[in-house]
Amino acid sequence: MAPEIGHYALILALAISLTQAVVPILGARRGNRELMAYGGRAALGQCACIVLSFAALTYAFITSDFSVEIVAANSHTAKPLVYKISGVWANHEGSMLLWVLILSIFGAALALFGANLPDTLKANALAVQGMISLGFLAFIEFTSNPFNRLDNPPLDGNGLNPILQDPGLAIHPPFLYLGYVGFSMAFSFSVAALIEGKVDAAWARWVRPWVLAAWCFLTIGITLGSAWAYYTLGWGGWWFWDPVENASFMPWLAGTALLHSALVVERRNALVSWTVLLGILTFSLSLVGTFLVRSGVLTSVHAFATDPARGVFILGLLIAATGGALTLYTIRMPTLKSGSPFAPVSREGALTLNNMLLLIACGTVFLGTFYPLLVDLLTRDKISVGPPYFNLTFVPIMVPLLIAMAIGPMLKWKRSELPQALERLRIPAIAVAAVVAITIALGIGRGFFSAVGSAIGMGLAVWLVGGSLAVLAYRVRLGLGPYETTLNLVRTTPLAFYGLVIAHSGMGITVAGITGMTSWATETVQSLRPGEQLQLSGYDVKLRTVELVAGPNYEAQQGTFDVSVRGRPVTTLVTQRRFYPIREQLTTSAGIHTNLISNIYVTLAEQDAKGAWPVRFYFHPFVPWIWLGALTMALGGFVSLADRRLRVGLPQSARRLAPTVAVGGPVPAE
Amino acid sequence: MIRAILSFAGLALLMLGASVPAAAVTPDEMLKDPALEARARDVSRLLRCVVCQNQSIDDSNAPLAQDLRILVRERLTAGDTNDQTINFIVARYGNFVLLKPPMQLNTVLLWFGPALLFALASFGLHRTLKAQAQPTDKVAAAPLSADEEKRLAKLLGDAPVKN
Amino acid sequence: MSLSTANLTRFAPLLGFAAIAAGLGFALTNDPRKMPSMLIDRPAPKFALPPLDAGSSGLASEDLNGKVALLNVFASWCGGCRVEHPTLVQIAKDGAVPLYGINWKDKPGDGLKWLRAHANPYLKVGDDPSGRLGIDMGVTGVPETFVIDRTGRIRYRHAGPITPDVWQETFEPLLASLRSER
Repeated sequence: MAPEIGHYALILALAISLTQAVVPILGARRGNRELMAYGGRAALGQCACIVLSFAALTYAFITSDFSVEIVAANSHTAKPLVYKISGVWANHEGSMLLWVLILSIFGAALALFGANLPDTLKANALAVQGMISLGFLAFIEFTSNPFNRLDNPPLDGNGLNPILQDPGLAIHPPFLYLGYVGFSMAFSFSVAALIEGKVDAAWARWVRPWVLAAWCFLTIGITLGSAWAYYTLGWGGWWFWDPVENASFMPWLAGTALLHSALVVERRNALVSWTVLLGILTFSLSLVGTFLVRSGVLTSVHAFATDPARGVFILGLLIAATGGALTLYTIRMPTLKSGSPFAPVSREGALTLNNMLLLIACGTVFLGTFYPLLVDLLTRDKISVGPPYFNLTFVPIMVPLLIAMAIGPMLKWKRSELPQALERLRIPAIAVAAVVAITIALGIGRGFFSAVGSAIGMGLAVWLVGGSLAVLAYRVRLGLGPYETTLNLVRTTPLAFYGLVIAHSGMGITVAGITGMTSWATETVQSLRPGEQLQLSGYDVKLRTVELVAGPNYEAQQGTFDVSVRGRPVTTLVTQRRFYPIREQLTTSAGIHTNLISNIYVTLAEQDAKGAWPVRFYFHPFVPWIWLGALTMALGGFVSLADRRLRVGLPQSARRLAPTVAVGGPVPAE
Repeated sequence: MIRAILSFAGLALLMLGASVPAAAVTPDEMLKDPALEARARDVSRLLRCVVCQNQSIDDSNAPLAQDLRILVRERLTAGDTNDQTINFIVARYGNFVLLKPPMQLNTVLLWFGPALLFALASFGLHRTLKAQAQPTDKVAAAPLSADEEKRLAKLLGDAPVKN
Repeated sequence: MSLSTANLTRFAPLLGFAAIAAGLGFALTNDPRKMPSMLIDRPAPKFALPPLDAGSSGLASEDLNGKVALLNVFASWCGGCRVEHPTLVQIAKDGAVPLYGINWKDKPGDGLKWLRAHANPYLKVGDDPSGRLGIDMGVTGVPETFVIDRTGRIRYRHAGPITPDVWQETFEPLLASLRSER
């Protein structure tokens, strides 16, 4: 019964989205308030239906209703409850339902919190959201129905791929989709603005919080995926430049650019048409990612066979959405006027440079990801584009971006002086020089180029953290005036500014982590018997025992290691090789200990013929910072989001633009 | 999700006959000579495991990757250079195994693409900054606006002003 | 309309997207799993593999000389091989083409046990426990089947199980045309 209710709710949502896509636009054209207001009601109704549908599917998974095809294919009675729930989105159909659920939640949020938006802008944006919903609900209904029933339900399910039975990966997709799908708001607002032919500072102010929220979630989603790869795949890799990883990274890069260019529109009413274009581009890259992952065009040899109808359908959606929006852009672009001029050396100039470099980076990732396809199509040749290509091309683009990242916030809007800005960065610059000198001095023994590489990495990290702090210090006039002034400024500086400082510092922390991994990580592989030990980078690692243990739905060989430094015990590491009988699959659970500055990491391989256990042990200095830095970036985003000025729907700009007019509209429920 | 989808490939792998993972580089594979072993690691990192998703044979647990690691070590021990070893594998599996694609006619765009993007974007940035630096209020104060210039040129029958 | 920067920035996004969408559309018609073999139209590598059981003679490259033949790579642990096995047995029964087997990366005895349990369609079988011949032939997994012509060159490689459909649509016409070569 529940699956049928879920399916009906889904069809109802499809019908509602159809009306949501049409009615509010008509209302906006005719100036009919009733029709425009329908958009909000439709968004809420659509969301309620999809929530119900999603709940029904979740119920089917929790109760192990194996008459539902995807439950039988992806679940099992012996699975822990949390993985029964995450099993809902650990398959194609269920994950698409999660996709539209999040899409409809964003739509409903716009309906609820968009009270202060101009009626027509809100109506048009809701209609565009309705169109996206319509497309994806139709996709689910016609190619990927999650509620398909089996005529002969099996007694038990096929189980969930054990590699997905992990807490990090259970929450990875929801965050990723909050990001991907959240960018739909930027898209809808861009298209709505093009329909109206008007983009102004107020528009940017309304769009930015949604973009910022989506960006934060996507950052967290990517971080979770990377951390998961690190501790599950068993050799400590954290980023592989895999097509599916790139699919999430490209919208992130474009979204980061959008975040910054929207700032220019908001503050200076410049880069207007560019920002609208970026809004379209960012969500389009999310759609391209969806296409990439679900159509099977790029999965390599022996990959999971996918239904070609799905690829055709998503490509159709991409062409309709992006093609339609870009056509509208082409028509309306001349009417979008940029107002305020700015000098090349200015905050706006720096943000333009930021956009340029981020988009080159994004374009490079796109090129590398899709190039094998192009070569295959044109020359019938198979090539691979792997990490060496991306490292060679991506890093040189990022270096100037990271250097500029600390200088940009020091520049004034409209017109600024570079020497002046650099002068204020002299303390971080001295710190960078010191770190570079130390890194080279310590590392020169391992080769000149590797030492210079590490020095550049650590120098950039210090530059970013130091530069961000220097920006804050300058802002609060630390050491430039009386102590009271500084205290006062600390209180009155808007949270958005703290957000900037935190996010940029986070980037520096991540850069340090990446440098640690590429420069100083050490590893060893040795065969040990219980009681024997190995040495690496000052650690003594002794294999205490290897025993057989039983998990809820797996059995494991568990190795226990005592780790000590100069005789002083540090920690005990436990690693498992898990065997899941339902799927006959092996997974690794690495033994990791972190002190937040470095990780030690141990895994066990299959016992060899002589009865010893091959043990791999890694020392990863600074590596936890890769993810801590990324989370710090997301934190910066959230801090900025908490700024009153950014709160959804509060038309701060009205006050700025027309100081005599009182702040309009009620304060929205928050 | 990203990697989730990816790992579904594991299922299909079983169908086509790859067995459960053993382990990347094991101690008994490793060469006694540390310099040679280091070269073997370098070479292995550049070679793609053909049955995996974007992994090098150095990282992969697949049995075929292990066979290729052993082969790489045999070739190096026999006195091959790194390039000769790589070419030996490419002769059997094609350019597909190279994680760093070779520079050849059909990869020119790949290798020069980023530079091309950079050139295009620099041009765009240059134009944007130049356009934005034109203070609009000064234009109003100027004797003739660009539009007026054009109209004047048209009226006088001159060639259109270069834009 | 002159080719000004304004027009360029106006039309470039749509045109760029159109090109990308067309590329993605073509990509859908492409099967990314199809891997070309490096050995097509090249002579098969020279080899001499030991037999699975001490009684028989093993398999050497000379065994394939002068005839159009199939060389099938299989293993006891491979699911796809189980799928194609009935087709191979039928081919052998029909005498459609000389069929030779390479037992790839099996534990000693497993290959023989498997052939005894499932019938042996091969004229001769060689044992490749290390998988080294497999690497020389660019084998990425099992089952794979190579079509070899009279001059000993590899003309076609099929990765994955041979189903009756694959046999009729691909192999039969190919074998017919190879036989008609002088």
